[in-house]
Amino acid sequence: MDFFVLMLVIPLVSGALLTVVGERDWAPNLNVIASLGTFAAAVGLTVEIVANGPRFAFGEQFFIDSLNVFFVALTAFVGLTTSIFSGPYMRNEREHGKLSAPRLRLYKSMYQLFMFTMLAALTTNNLGLLWVAMEAATLTTVLLVSLYRTPASLEAAWKYFILCGVGIAQALFGTILLYFAAERVLGESGNALLWTHLIDVKGQLEPTIMALSFIFLLVGYGTKVGLAPLHNWLPDAHAEGPTPVSAVLSGLLLNVALYAILRCKVLADGALPSGFAGNLMIGFGLFTLLVAAFFLSRQRDVKRMFAYSSIEHMGLITFAFGMGGPVANFAGLLHMTMHSLTKSAIFFAVGHATQKTGTQLMENISGLIKINPLIGWGLMLGTLAILGMPPFGVFASEFMILTHAMKHFPWATPILLLALGVAFAAIFGKVQPMVFGETEARRLPHAPAITPVFLHLGIVLMLGLYIPPYLTRWFHEAARMLG
Amino acid sequence: MNAAIPFSAQLINLFAAVILLLAFAMLAQRRMPALVNLFALQGLTLCLATLVAAVTTGQAHLYWSAALTLVLKALVLPWILHRLVKKLNVKGEVEALINIPTTMLVGIVLVMIAFNVALPISELSHTITRGTLGIALAVVMLAFLMMITRQKAITQVVGFLSMENGLFLAATSATYGMPMVVELGIALDVLVGVIILGVFFFQIRDQFDSLDIRHMERLKDN
Amino acid sequence: MISISGLLGQAFAIALALVLAPLLSGWVGQCRAWFQSRTAPPLLLPYYQLQKLFHKDVVLAHGASSLFRSAPFVVFGCMVLACAIIPSLSTDLPLAPAADALALVGVFGLARIFISLAAMDVGTSFGSLGGRREMLVGFLAEPALLMVIFTLAMIAQSTSLPTIVETLAHRELVIYPSLAFAGIAFTFVSFAENARVPVDNPATHLELTMIHEAMILEYSGRHLALIEWAASLKLYAYSCLGLALFFPWGIAAGDNFLALVAAIPLLLLKLAIGGAFLAGIETVNAKMRIFRAPEFLGTAFMLAVLGLLVRMLLEARV
Repeated sequence: MDFFVLMLVIPLVSGALLTVVGERDWAPNLNVIASLGTFAAAVGLTVEIVANGPRFAFGEQFFIDSLNVFFVALTAFVGLTTSIFSGPYMRNEREHGKLSAPRLRLYKSMYQLFMFTMLAALTTNNLGLLWVAMEAATLTTVLLVSLYRTPASLEAAWKYFILCGVGIAQALFGTILLYFAAERVLGESGNALLWTHLIDVKGQLEPTIMALSFIFLLVGYGTKVGLAPLHNWLPDAHAEGPTPVSAVLSGLLLNVALYAILRCKVLADGALPSGFAGNLMIGFGLFTLLVAAFFLSRQRDVKRMFAYSSIEHMGLITFAFGMGGPVANFAGLLHMTMHSLTKSAIFFAVGHATQKTGTQLMENISGLIKINPLIGWGLMLGTLAILGMPPFGVFASEFMILTHAMKHFPWATPILLLALGVAFAAIFGKVQPMVFGETEARRLPHAPAITPVFLHLGIVLMLGLYIPPYLTRWFHEAARMLG
Repeated sequence: MNAAIPFSAQLINLFAAVILLLAFAMLAQRRMPALVNLFALQGLTLCLATLVAAVTTGQAHLYWSAALTLVLKALVLPWILHRLVKKLNVKGEVEALINIPTTMLVGIVLVMIAFNVALPISELSHTITRGTLGIALAVVMLAFLMMITRQKAITQVVGFLSMENGLFLAATSATYGMPMVVELGIALDVLVGVIILGVFFFQIRDQFDSLDIRHMERLKDN
Repeated sequence: MISISGLLGQAFAIALALVLAPLLSGWVGQCRAWFQSRTAPPLLLPYYQLQKLFHKDVVLAHGASSLFRSAPFVVFGCMVLACAIIPSLSTDLPLAPAADALALVGVFGLARIFISLAAMDVGTSFGSLGGRREMLVGFLAEPALLMVIFTLAMIAQSTSLPTIVETLAHRELVIYPSLAFAGIAFTFVSFAENARVPVDNPATHLELTMIHEAMILEYSGRHLALIEWAASLKLYAYSCLGLALFFPWGIAAGDNFLALVAAIPLLLLKLAIGGAFLAGIETVNAKMRIFRAPEFLGTAFMLAVLGLLVRMLLEARV
């Protein structure tokens, strides 16, 4: 059976199905089963690619190779765990009266459609279709951010739509310019937007046009990654949307957007051997890192704080890919995986905590260890992981990035250390009172699903200690392809 | 100097100039129904320009592009927007962030920047419509200006769609349009986007009793 | 060298302007009345008014200075000069070397300064009101007019009016979007400069809404006659300028007296159509509030600049 087709069809069909039945009691289970099916298909696809090498689908419109196949698996995995988490979480929200039946239907169906668009974006070979899928991903989540219909969530969704809309329009212009440059070399067939063809002729693409195109693509897709100064939508969207949405936005959408930039960077590097693309990414990455670290320390809302943490990490990853070379690329890919798992775990824990205490302001949350030791420890460990403490995997990738920077870009190292240090102090200082201390929180109607938190953290821990050889091989291959 | 331009290219240049003029007119327009009509007119002119390009170059997919533009941007989207304006009972625009003459001046500066940026690219193109790439970029920037300086949510949406028009003109002028499958995808995205926005506007109106986006500037880092 | 026929031709053109200008104003008034379904005043009414005013005594205010007394003559002289250098009938008249477009704008500017100063000279409040408003309109209209001229000068590679007119008359029929933009901008500017609706209502009697009329409230007798004649000459000059720049077909190219005479019927026809168009626009629009005038003229300026930019981008490279 064709795992790829299965992987795309399951979310699409279940999304349509959940439009009708999303509010039933067994709907969350259907959601989980659908996500499980998607994950199984993704695993099957991964095994197939690892064994047989890259393959095409639907003519040449889709292409799965070593770069995107593990992202596909990661996306499906986080999608699965988030759906497990979201079952009892949304039930609790409904009990608390924050959601109604139609909105639950909307939520469930949009969730599956969102998974579909992201998987399509990851696997498409056609850069134009990549754009379409990215825009569709934004569209599916706009209504999710405003799910609670409070003034704040409406504002957050509006900002999200407008800012990402403007950003994606720039990305479209970049794609047009890219097509223009490609057409001059590849002719007017429909192949000029296919990445596999472009990669063969990347040295012949016109440098001026490619430079301009990459700028627009970086700014455009960078808006969706959360690069400063275009990041304004991110904290609001994370803070005001439901927690599962925050988890997938942070854990998955940012990655997919960065993946889009990476595909384009490979082409730009071929046309502009002077490292123009890399330098741009280094600049944006460092700026994002600094901005995020400093805004982090001013936050009072726990979700906003972790949203800024996502921005910070994305800046770091962009910086790593900007540096380029096998080591930095490896570190970047590793960090993307680690961040995805850890941040979603944190949001799971935070979601439970805010549900129990009924507030998102950090000064009003305390003593999580006493309410529910699992949530408390989950949050503590997750925070330690994201801050880069050994032996968690994030430490390994951050260490690699730092050492590489010290060797090749020594002027950037103080900035990196400063930003990471400020973030460490801020987050740790705020999370510590949340986890320890006195409390009077209530019991929840439905028991929270704690498993995903520890599952993610466990994987991160394991990868920090030991990376399986096939994973290492994949990282190396992908890193090499990124140049 | 002028005999070198064939008649079809002159016609396309004329249409492109009209599109630019409409972009400025939208910047200055205060009343909502008139704004939507200007947008529809812009879509129509865009379709005509694509049609002329299609007839001159004989590329089949440009005919489909033109038809798609006509249906979507000159008919369906304005119809949806008109219905929204009527149902939401949106009154005219409040005073913009900066007054209209200053906005116009800023618009002129943006047009000059756009022309300069587009010049090296148009030099490299071989289409008959390459002169209009600068105009397309200028339309995009003017639409962006409109989104920044206006206070009503619907005006921002019209600005966003006008930006989409500019990008379509850019694609047509530089490369005779994108592959058909991509154009269909983009059209689908735009349509779904406007529908979602329509739903969203009702939510906003229910919550704030108005579509003035100044109600939505409260979220800050506290 | 200046030939006799050239001098005669020039004098003829000036005389034609002096005679036709009040007729043009009368024609515009007639068309307005027709559009508004009123009974029209007689076509030659402006002549009767001028004649009446010339026979009347001049009444001067106590504080009126020599500037006040000489302003009407200066303004009239400027307008006659403007009509002389605008190629309405032919492009090859003796004054042609002096007929630079920028000089034309300067001549209009000179007239504007004198009339505004004269308005403020007597010290009445309405006079200063009119003078300041006139300066507001002029300050914005002049750059717009200059931009239009620059666009045309770029097409003709010269700022000399006869050269511009000849180049535009003899090019092949090419669609120039920049000319369309420049034409619309020029129309806006001429509405503002000639004190027409939608900027200023020439027939109003409400002083607080006046721009042009407020400046001449203190004038009487032959001074007022000269100013009224100058106003109609200004309208004639703008109309001829617009026709020469944008519809230049039929203007004689040489010094030939016969060609000059042959150009007259076409000019009359064009003026008649232009006058009717003017009356139509006046009927359809309402006078806008004074603080919207900068927006109106800002739009004109922007259109003119757009025309220039479009010219540079679309037409001058390919």
